[in-house]
Order: sequence, then C-alpha cells, then structure tokens
Amino acid sequence: MRNLFAFIRRYAIFIFFLILEIISFSFLFRYNRFHQSAYMDSAGEWTGQLEEQVQDWRIYFSLKKENEALRKKVNDLQNQLLQNFQSADTSTATPKTDTIKIDSLEQYRKYLYREATVVNNSISLPNNFITLHRGKKQQIKPGMVVIGPSGIVGVVLDVSDNFSTVMSMLNRQSRISAQLKNTGEMGRIEWDGVSPERIQLKEISKGVKLKKGDSVITSQYSDFPANIMIGTIDKIMLEKSTNNYLLHVRPSTEFSKIQNVFVVENLQREEQQALEQKNKND
Amino acid sequence: MGEFLKYSFRFIALILIQHFLLYQIPPLHHMALPVLYYVFILWLPFNISRGLLLLVSFITGITMDFFTKTPGMHAAAAVFIGYLRPFIINFLMPQQGVEFNYREPSVQSLGMVPYIAYAALLTLIHHFILFTIQAFQFGDFLYLVVKTSISWLISLLLILSIELIFHRKQKFLTNT
Repeated sequence: MRNLFAFIRRYAIFIFFLILEIISFSFLFRYNRFHQSAYMDSAGEWTGQLEEQVQDWRIYFSLKKENEALRKKVNDLQNQLLQNFQSADTSTATPKTDTIKIDSLEQYRKYLYREATVVNNSISLPNNFITLHRGKKQQIKPGMVVIGPSGIVGVVLDVSDNFSTVMSMLNRQSRISAQLKNTGEMGRIEWDGVSPERIQLKEISKGVKLKKGDSVITSQYSDFPANIMIGTIDKIMLEKSTNNYLLHVRPSTEFSKIQNVFVVENLQREEQQALEQKNKND
Repeated sequence: MGEFLKYSFRFIALILIQHFLLYQIPPLHHMALPVLYYVFILWLPFNISRGLLLLVSFITGITMDFFTKTPGMHAAAAVFIGYLRPFIINFLMPQQGVEFNYREPSVQSLGMVPYIAYAALLTLIHHFILFTIQAFQFGDFLYLVVKTSISWLISLLLILSIELIFHRKQKFLTNT
C-alpha cells in the first residue's frame, strides 16, 4: 500500500497529464458520435453573445456584396411571380367566380422559410460550423436546412434558446444528396476537408455526359428543397477502383462572406419519416 | 494580483485574436493556418508549478474549443505542450540560475537562439497533434506533413514578429 502511494506521488504530474488528455479525447470522440451534447448547448449560448457583438462590427465591411447577393435573390423571386406569366385566353366556357379561399394553399405548403443572421462562421477547419442568431424560442429545430442567397449552406445541428449551430457544407460529416442539372443524374456531395473552394460530388457513373462548368443542384431526395444551386463542376476525375466519376465542385455560396441566410423547415418531413419508419419496421 | 490581471488580460486577448482574426481571415492557402493562442502557454512564468501549468494549458485549450465548437481538439494539443514545456526548458538551459533571474521565457531571458528553438519545438509538437486530430478520419500522411510544416513556419514567424513589436519588459529579479 505504501508503495502505491509512493508511486502515485512520484508520478502525480504524469497521471494528471494522462487524466487531462483522456478528458480531452473523450470529449473529442463522444462529440463526433453524438451531435447533441450538453457541451454545445452551453457553449453556443455563451460564445454566441460575444460573436454577435463582433459580427455587428464586421458586417459593415461587406455590406455592398451582401446587398448585391440579396438583390439578385429578390430579382430571381420576382421573375417567378405568377403575375409575370400570361397567355392569351383560350377558354371557351363562361368564367366562374373563384370560390377557393386564398389561404387554402397553406395546407399544401411543404417548405417554410425563416430568415436568420449569421453571427459566427469558420472555414479554415476540417469540420466547420456556423452559428445563427435564432434558436429554440424562434422556432428553429435540429434537422432544418440552411440556404444562403446564392446556394445551400448546411444543416441545423444544435439549438439553444436564442442561437443555433449549423453544420456547414464544409464539414467532413456533411452528406448532401445532389443532382446534375443537365442530365438529372443523382449523386452525393461531400467535403474532404482540404479547400473551402472545392467540394466533392461522388456516385455519378462514368457513362454520364458532363463537362466543366455544369451546374449541380439539390435533388428532391435531399432534406433541401429541390433545384437549389450547390455549385458548378470545376474538375473532372475518375475514381479509382469504382465505375464512378470523382467530381470537384466549386460551391456557389461564398462561405467566407455569408451574413444572411434562410432556415428552411420541411413541414411534411415528420409525416414522411413516420411512414418510412413504418415500412422499415414491418 | 497585478500579475494575475496581466495574465488574464493576455489570455483573453490571445483567445479573441485567434478566433476572431486568425481563424477568420480568408485562407491564403488551405495548407497555411496561422495558430497563435498557445503562445499563452509558452509565456507562462518559470516558477509555475507543473500541475498548475497542466491545468492552465487545459483551460486554454478548452476555451479555444468553446469558440471553434470542437470539444477536446485544442485541449489535447495544449495539454501536451504544457506537459513537455518544463523538459524543454531544462534541456535548453543547462546553465542554472536563469529562471531565478527572469520571470518568464523570452528572447531576453533565454537568448535569441534558445528561445527560437524553444518556440519552434513546442509549436511543431502542438501543430502536429492539432492537425493529426483534425485529419483523423482520412489520414493522408503527406497532407499532414505539408500542412504542419507550412503552418508551423507561419506561426513561428508570427511569434517572432510579436516578440519584436511588443517588447515584453523583463524585470531582472533580485533578492533584495
């Protein structure tokens, strides 16, 4: 027994060192497996306040660029308005009064957009996160997707009362179902953690015709609304050992400059998941 | 009390600079990542006890992790250099008495070349651990080596320029 105490006293510092390292690594591995940790919850609220302050100053430096991007988005939306489309009246029947209430469309709504401000953002790490100043109290839930003015951004991971953390597309754990705009071929978007200007599109088979500059959009299988821009093909390579391409895609979102985003809720997601779950269980 | 305030101020300043400046600048190249926060550990006084040194290193790392949302990543690297620091100081300063004359490691107290060696060695170890943990899932060894060495060079340049710009006054401690 005395030997044991002597041993502990002799190696106390080393043991303390080992304990601290074990704590660090357990944080590291636990976190990677379970996203919803208590750590993130408190950290999000605590650092979020500070990050919001800094963002308040930083926002002034890129107001012009941000304004341009938003104006472009508004322009796109304006072009989609129904009142822009008109054709000569070909109906022969006598016109009837429209009895449908305007709001009746609401029950068919699938996606609900909510705007949010980015208060923190990183691009230089292999697993990047974005913090939004909008949380549980403002109807944000984990699993909602985030879209910027010029393309997709990521998926909401954790929420605290007033902030939420988003797993950016620039995260090695991010997987997004994507599609080639020209041919409709489905693939998967990943990031290898190397350069923020290059993400990877996989699982496109060699037979597909494609060229540099082709657009990649979200597929209708993904959590994102369909046909949202992801990026353009930058480099075409063949994946060794499979029959697929390995495509490098330049993301359309400039991750270093995002300031305002939309958080999109899929209102039919629960119903769809419940049904799919039922099939799986049977 | 004055000392404690000085170190707290330095701690806060370094963490904020790291998070809001160095991690935010659009990367020159994805291989070059300037990391500076651990300078706080390099600049802790000589007479700090080893247990306290480990604890302070851990707190420094975990605070950094709070900001980058990567629990454990910086902490593991910081604790490691906190553990190795006393050995390296002993190794680089065989002549006795320096730690009694000066308060903390600097160019003035260690001398130019030993100080650079001290900073370079700990920076290298820190970066290697940090990038190994970051690259855990794909383990491309060449990528790791290149990223570590380029970032190592940049961080070292940063440390040395800080030393030149902000001359840390070192009081010569006397017994009287």
